[in-house]
Amino acid sequence: MKRIYAREEVCIGCRLCEIHCQVEHSRTRNIIKTFKEEVPPPPRINVEEEGPVSFALQCRHCDEPYCAYSCIAGAIYQDEQTGEVIQDIEKCIGCWTCVLTCTKGAIRPDLRGPRKAAKCDLCPDREIPACVEMCPNDALYIVEEEIKETVPG
Amino acid sequence: MLTSLLPEFTVDRSEDRCIQCRVCERQCSFDVFGYDGENNVMVHREENCVACQRCSVLCPTNALVIRENQYTYRPNANWTREYIQDLKKQAETGGVLLTGMGCDKPHKIYWDHILINASQVTNPSIDPLREPMELRTHLGRKPDQLEMVDGKLVLPDYPNVEISTPIMFGAMSYGAISYNSFRCLARAAFEYGTMFNTGEGGWPMELRKYGKSTIVQCASGRFGLDLEYFNDAAVVEIKIGQGAKPGIGGHLPGEKVSEHISQTRMIPEGSDAISPAPHHDIYSIEDLHMLIHAIKEAVDYQKPVSVKISAVHNAPAIASGMVRAGADIIVLDGLRGGTGAAPKILRDNVGIPIELALAAVDTRLRNEGIRNWASLVVSGGIRNSADIFKAIALGADAVYIGTPALMALGCTVCQKCYTGKCAWGITTQDPYLTKRVNPEIGTQNLKNLLRAWSLEIKELLGCGGINSIESLRGNRLQLRGIGLESWELEALGIRGAGQ
Repeated sequence: MKRIYAREEVCIGCRLCEIHCQVEHSRTRNIIKTFKEEVPPPPRINVEEEGPVSFALQCRHCDEPYCAYSCIAGAIYQDEQTGEVIQDIEKCIGCWTCVLTCTKGAIRPDLRGPRKAAKCDLCPDREIPACVEMCPNDALYIVEEEIKETVPG
Repeated sequence: MLTSLLPEFTVDRSEDRCIQCRVCERQCSFDVFGYDGENNVMVHREENCVACQRCSVLCPTNALVIRENQYTYRPNANWTREYIQDLKKQAETGGVLLTGMGCDKPHKIYWDHILINASQVTNPSIDPLREPMELRTHLGRKPDQLEMVDGKLVLPDYPNVEISTPIMFGAMSYGAISYNSFRCLARAAFEYGTMFNTGEGGWPMELRKYGKSTIVQCASGRFGLDLEYFNDAAVVEIKIGQGAKPGIGGHLPGEKVSEHISQTRMIPEGSDAISPAPHHDIYSIEDLHMLIHAIKEAVDYQKPVSVKISAVHNAPAIASGMVRAGADIIVLDGLRGGTGAAPKILRDNVGIPIELALAAVDTRLRNEGIRNWASLVVSGGIRNSADIFKAIALGADAVYIGTPALMALGCTVCQKCYTGKCAWGITTQDPYLTKRVNPEIGTQNLKNLLRAWSLEIKELLGCGGINSIESLRGNRLQLRGIGLESWELEALGIRGAGQ
C-alpha cells in the first residue's frame, strides 16, 4: 500500500501541503476559486508545529484502524488488498466518532461544508498525492509498502 | 524615536489572487507580514523588507511582487537613494554600516569586456559530445623541467591534488553558513570529485570522511586547528585576506556559537569567535615562510599548502613573495568576492577586480620564472562558465565559487547575511530557518551546477579547437578585449577585438 511519510528535519512549516490538500479536495480544484468562491474543505493533513520542530501529519492508514472499528455507519473500512483505510463519503453521517477515536488527530469534521468527516484518501485521482508533490522542500514522500506495519494505538 | 528612513522595497500584493494562506507570513524571517483576522487581510511592514524573495517564491498563487521602492527621494545623480539612506542610518546610530555578500557597485566588470575565440577553417573545432575533453586539473607545485634517468621519466616529489573540473567551492565557514549548507558543499564536492573549503570555522568530525575533497583553512582566528585537522584534509590553506574585506578579520557573534559550533571551533559555547585582522605571527614574507613550513612539517610534506590573499594593488609582488615562501597554491580573492559580514564602506571600495589582479600576478610569476612553483586559484566575481574559461585563459589554474554555490542552495543575494536571519536558511543558525536547506536537494543542485558549467566549459573549449583545459591555461590569445582602453588591455595582457 501507499504510505506518506514526513521528513521532520526538512519540514519548514509553510503549510503549503494543507493548502494544496484543500485545493485537491475542492469542487473546482483551482486554488484561487477554492478559497475565493467556494467554501474551502478542511485540510486532511495537518502541520504539527512547536518551535523549530514541525512535520505534516495525515491519516496513517493504521493496521488497527480505530476509526473503522468505531464507525457506527460502516463508512470507514480497511481495504483487505491494499490495507488502506478508506472512507465511503456517501455513508458518513457526521457523528464524529472517528474524529474522537483517531489516535493521531488526523480526521477533521467538515463543519462548514457537507458536515462529513474529512480524512486523507491518498488522492485517488493523482499519481502522487497533492501534499507530497507540492511540498517545496521534499519534506513528504510516498512509498509503496509490502509489509504491514503494526502501529500501536 | 521616529526614523526618517524610507522603506527600500514595496510589497505589491494582488488582492484578487491572495487567499490569506499566510505562507508569506510564516516564511518571512524579517517580520514583514501580519494577518488581520478581523478583516481577513494580510498587512505589511514594508520597512522590514529586504527583497530576499522568499515570500514571492513560496506564494502558491503568485500574488506577491516585491519591488524597489520607486517613490523615494528626489532623483539626484550625486545623492542617490543609497547614499542618503546610509547617511541617515549613521546619523541615527553612529555606527559602521554592515552588509553581506560582495561589492555591488558598478565598477567595470572586465569579464564582460573580454571575448572568446573560435576555430574556423584553419584549425578544426571539436564536438565535446563526440570526442574526449579533459577538464582534470592538478593543483600544486610542478617540476621546473622533465628529467629522464635511464630512459625513464623521474618526477620530483611535489604533492599535487587532482580535481575533476577546475571549479571548487570557496571558503565559507560553518558558523557563517548553516550546518546543512556546509554539508551540502562538502558532499557535492566529494561526489563530483572537486574540492570544497572549510573556511576558518573548523571542520566537524562527521564530515572528515570527505577529506580527500576538503581544503582546510588556517586563518587568523586559528579555530578548530589540530594535527588531525591538517592531516585529514587534502590541502591546507593559510588565509591572509578575503576579497570582500581585505585587511579585516571576522566576528561570529556569541549567540551563534552553539554547542556543535563550539566543539568544531574549539572555543567555549556562547563566546564570540573573533578572527583578528592580521595573523599575529605573520608580519613579513619570512614569517609566512615559517608558517608554511610549520604546516608542511605537520603534514610531512604530503599535502600542498595554499595561501590566500585579497586582490590588492601590489598583489603581484606579494604573490611572488608567497610563492618564494613555499606556497604550492596561491589564491587571489577579488573585489567582488562575498562575505557573511563586512563594513559596507570597505566592501565597496577596497581591493581591485580579480581579472586585473589575476593577469598581473600570472604575468609577474611568468616573468620571474616561478609560475610553475605554484598553482593559481582565483575567486571573487565568477558568475558563469564563460568567466571561468576567461580566468583560465588569463592564467588561472582553477577557480573558487562562493556566491554562485550559495545561489544554487537558494540565495538571492539580498545581502542580509550579517543579520543571521537568512530566510533561505543559509547564513543563519536558527533551527527554524536552517531546515529550509534540504541537504539532499542542496547537494544535487550543487552537483548540477558543477556539471552544467563543466559541460559549458567543454563546449567553449571545443569551439576553440582545444581538447584539454591544460592547453587553455594562460592562453591569452584565445581572448580579445572590447570597450577597453590601452592600459586595460596591457594590464590584462590581451589584444583588442579586431587586432
